[in-house]
Parts: sequence; structure tokens; C-alpha cells
Amino acid sequence: MIIIDALTKRYGDVTAVDDVSFRAEPGRVTGFLGPNGAGKSTTLRIVVGLAGPTSGSATVLGRRYVDLPNPGLEIGVLLDASAQHGGRTGRETLVLGQRTLGLPGARVDEVLELVGLTRAESRRRVRDYSLGMRQRLGLATALLGDPRVLVLDEPANGLDPAGIRWMRDLLRTFADDGGTVLLSSHLLAEIEMIADDIVMIGGGRIVASGTTTGLLSGGETLVRADDAGALAAALRAAGLDAAATADGAVRTDGDLAAVGRAAFAAGLAVTELRTADGGGLEDMFLELTASTQRETAPTQGAAA
Amino acid sequence: MTATTPTTAGDTSGGTAGSRGVSARARRDTADVTIRPVPFHRLLDVELRKTLDTRAGAWLLASIALIACLVVGVFALWGNEDELDMQSFASTISFPMLLVLPMVAVLAVTSEWTQRSALTTFALVPRRGRVVGAKAAAALLVAVAASAVQLGASALGAVAAAAFRGLDARWDLPLDLALRLALLNVVAVAVGFAWAVLIRASAPALVAYLTFVLVLPMLSGIVAAVSDWYSEHSAWLDLSSTMLVLSAPSVSGEEWAQLGTAALLWVGVPLAVGLRRLVRVEIR
Repeated sequence: MIIIDALTKRYGDVTAVDDVSFRAEPGRVTGFLGPNGAGKSTTLRIVVGLAGPTSGSATVLGRRYVDLPNPGLEIGVLLDASAQHGGRTGRETLVLGQRTLGLPGARVDEVLELVGLTRAESRRRVRDYSLGMRQRLGLATALLGDPRVLVLDEPANGLDPAGIRWMRDLLRTFADDGGTVLLSSHLLAEIEMIADDIVMIGGGRIVASGTTTGLLSGGETLVRADDAGALAAALRAAGLDAAATADGAVRTDGDLAAVGRAAFAAGLAVTELRTADGGGLEDMFLELTASTQRETAPTQGAAA
Repeated sequence: MTATTPTTAGDTSGGTAGSRGVSARARRDTADVTIRPVPFHRLLDVELRKTLDTRAGAWLLASIALIACLVVGVFALWGNEDELDMQSFASTISFPMLLVLPMVAVLAVTSEWTQRSALTTFALVPRRGRVVGAKAAAALLVAVAASAVQLGASALGAVAAAAFRGLDARWDLPLDLALRLALLNVVAVAVGFAWAVLIRASAPALVAYLTFVLVLPMLSGIVAAVSDWYSEHSAWLDLSSTMLVLSAPSVSGEEWAQLGTAALLWVGVPLAVGLRRLVRVEIR
């Protein structure tokens, strides 16, 4: 559980993080989405005590990070995979963490296996690692203390498609086991695939937040039958808005169950029924990326 | 923390916490009660390890021993006969020691920033003062160990000189001088450490230390030549020259006082300013 409350960070005249509030809940993966320079990394640095806020607060498991007695046992942190001493071997990097946390030496081999680094790879120096290997090593460091919370900044950077799939499965399992995951990304597709909740930030302000399905569909449903006109009429008869799309489907504001029932009542065989794509999130994100100066945007849904 | 069930662990919102993996979470939540701060000895252990676990660090430490043996070897074979006692050897090793040893302390601090490992170090131990304290203790231990190497090499030198040159081995190193030579190493390490804390970047901090030990005495001499006031008071201000009295046969009370004020200026001030900034600076 991470609670960020009215967090603001100014550097001189520049407001990098502007009144940001959200929560990352246990059992869920929270995606922190925004273009580069939107304030994601600054926010995460404040969460783990590497930077101080100008105002507002961030707590992890009910306490400020710096007040946790041995934070590595409760929160796994990976802010920048390239921020590791290039002259150490991967294994040695982990041994330093393991000894700091006071864990048995065998834990190093466990996390190496967990992140898929071989013994031979672990004996190489970090400067010879690819970015993908550094991400795995960084994640291994984060997982050392068997934490309940993970804070990861752009963890998929440098991973190949198989690596991204692996990371997704690992974080999914972690969250399903009751853990809290807060990860950032500047790629909507990446966040879409992994996050249960999305917090979108642009120009230091939160511009949208809510569940991934809610934000992506905008609450709309896409339904298709052989006779689109009859389907639209049946939906309107059931009190729903319905509009035919260019490719012969119908878009409606009803939820999946209501739409299915309305079609069934009208005797229409539904050939496709799903939450609608887009819902404005992608447009909003593209707009943010094009102009990170944008300061206000409609907020959809509520903070989960 | 008294939370024992997953859905209430630090969760006041009654949010969407799942009930899956109850046993694993419950196990960890009860373990939460026993979490203790990282003890200082563990931080010290890790910081000592960091001075040795890179090739650069290992070579730097090895070079201290190598230089000591090399200097001793050269003097034992070709040195002036009346300088082949343990005391002369120890004093001769002192200068190269003062050049190389503080680099260990400098890099212990600055490599965290230059290599950016500070991101991990201070995420694991957010009370930064404790990490810096552990680094200082590690640097002190390295200085003490190096002093032992210095004395060991000097003793070897005395033996070697006796063997090669057919002289009687002379062990006339008074204990107080031996301790002062060790203190000299500690003072030099303290200067390097303090400036490293202030500067936090490897190359500039190394240059700062080398300037202190090589250039400052010369500059100080030039200023003393043109300023009577400075010439009279330089011993109170210029640590780079004043600290060398530690290798003299005896040190007067006034010289100890001068050493104290000069050390305050060159170690105390940069360390105080540097620490204040280090504990607050944003780590990127």
C-alpha cells in the first residue's frame, strides 16, 4: 500500500510534481503512466526517500519510507537499472544488498534464479551487462528482502519481448500473492497489458486515473450482430444509447450484461460482445506526449 | 505494526486488496513486528567489502602494500648506510602512503555518485548519515591496517638491509613515533574523506586531495614569502605542512594545537558543510 497525498516538488520556478495524490493498493499492479519528463521518476524518488517533497507526503505501508527500520525487507526498489557500479560483478552487487539486509547468503542464488540470471552471468562485471540483464539484476536486488511492495521505474526498458512477458508474469504473480506493485512507464501499450489501475501524469499533474478496463473502455461496450440496425434499435428500446460504427458494429454505453440481455430479448444472435477500445485514454496520452505543457485535462473515473 | 491479516495490512481504505495468498502475506505481516534497523556493524562490513570488491579498489589497496615493499626494497639495497634503520624506512614509506591511501577514502564516498550506486545504497539505508559513518569507520580501519603494513614493511626492510648489506639490524622505532606515523595516515585519510563528502565526484575529489598534499605546501610557501602575517601563522592554518610534524622525532604542545586548528579547517569545515548537503541532496 502506497499513499501519495498532495505531493508537490519544485525546482526553483519549475514545478516537476504538482499536487499529485493517488494510491497503489495491495493485490494490484498500479501503472504510473506519462511521457518522459512528466514527473514520474521524481514522484518515485520522493516515495523512496531519495528526494524530499516541497510539500505533501508519501507513505509506504503507513509510514514515511525514511522511517522504516529496514526498508529493503518491506519494499523492493528499482529506480534505474543502469545505476549500478560497473566494476562489481552482478553477484557481488546482490551480496552487498543481502549483507546489508542481514539475509542468509543462499538468498542471492534464489533471487538470481528468480530473475533468470545464470551463475556464469552473475560472475560477469555489471559494465559488461546488457540493459536487459541490468534490469533483471536490479529486479533481483529489489526482490532480495522478499518485500510486500515493489516500486519500479520503467522496469521493461531494455527487455526483449520475451523478457517483457516474463516481467509481466512475475509482477502479476507478485500482486496476486497480495503484494503492491507501483511501476512507471512512458508506453501506454506496456501499462495496458500489466496494470490493474492506471494513474496518468502529464506536466507534473495527474490527468486521469482509474481502473485499466474502465479507463480504456470509457465505460462503453462494443457489440455486433448480423443486423446492426435491428441491434441498435433493440438497445435503444432497452434505454441505452447506441450508435453504429463504420464497420457494422454498435457502440453503446450499456455494460456487457445489459447489452447481452437486450440483444437476447430482441432475439438477435450476438457475434461479438466486448468492452470498447480507446475510450479517449490513448488520445489523451498522445496529446500529452505531443505537448507535455498541457496542464489540465478531463479526469476520468476516480482514484481507486 | 499489529496487522496480521493481508486485507488490513497498512490498508485503511478498505480498497481492493485481494484475499489471495493469505498464508504468505500473513507470514510476512507477523515477521513485520521483528524488523530491526540495520545494525552499524553490518553497514561497516558492507562498506569494507565495497573497498575491495572492484578491481580498482583491490588494486589500489594492493598498490599500497606493493609501494611500501618497493620503497623498502630499493632503500635496503641501495640506500645510504646510516638510513637503514626501521625508523628511516617507516618515514620513507610515509610519503607514498600519504599520496595513495586517502584515495581509498575518496573513492569509497565518490564512487557511489560517479557510479550512481548511491541510488541502491540509500534506498536500502535511507538514513544517509549512518552510511557515511560506516564509510568513515571503514576508511579509518583501512588507514590503521595500512599503518600496520607500513610498520611491517619497515621491519622487513631492517632485516633485509641487515642481510644484504652485512649490517646489524636496527629496530630503533620508538612507539610514540610509530603511533604518530599511523595518526598521520589517519589525518590524510580524514582530509580525503571530508573533501570527498563535500565534492561527491571522483575525479574532482581526487584532484582536490592531490592539490592539498602536493600543491598546497608550495602555495603556502609562496604566500608566506610575501606575507609576514601568514608566515607567522601558517602553521595554524596549513594542514598540509603542519601534519608532517607528526613524523618528526617529537611534537611540542604548540604543534599539537596547530595540528588541531589546521585539521578543524581542512577536515572539520568541509566535512560539516558536505554532510549537511549530502543528507539532503536529491539522489538521481
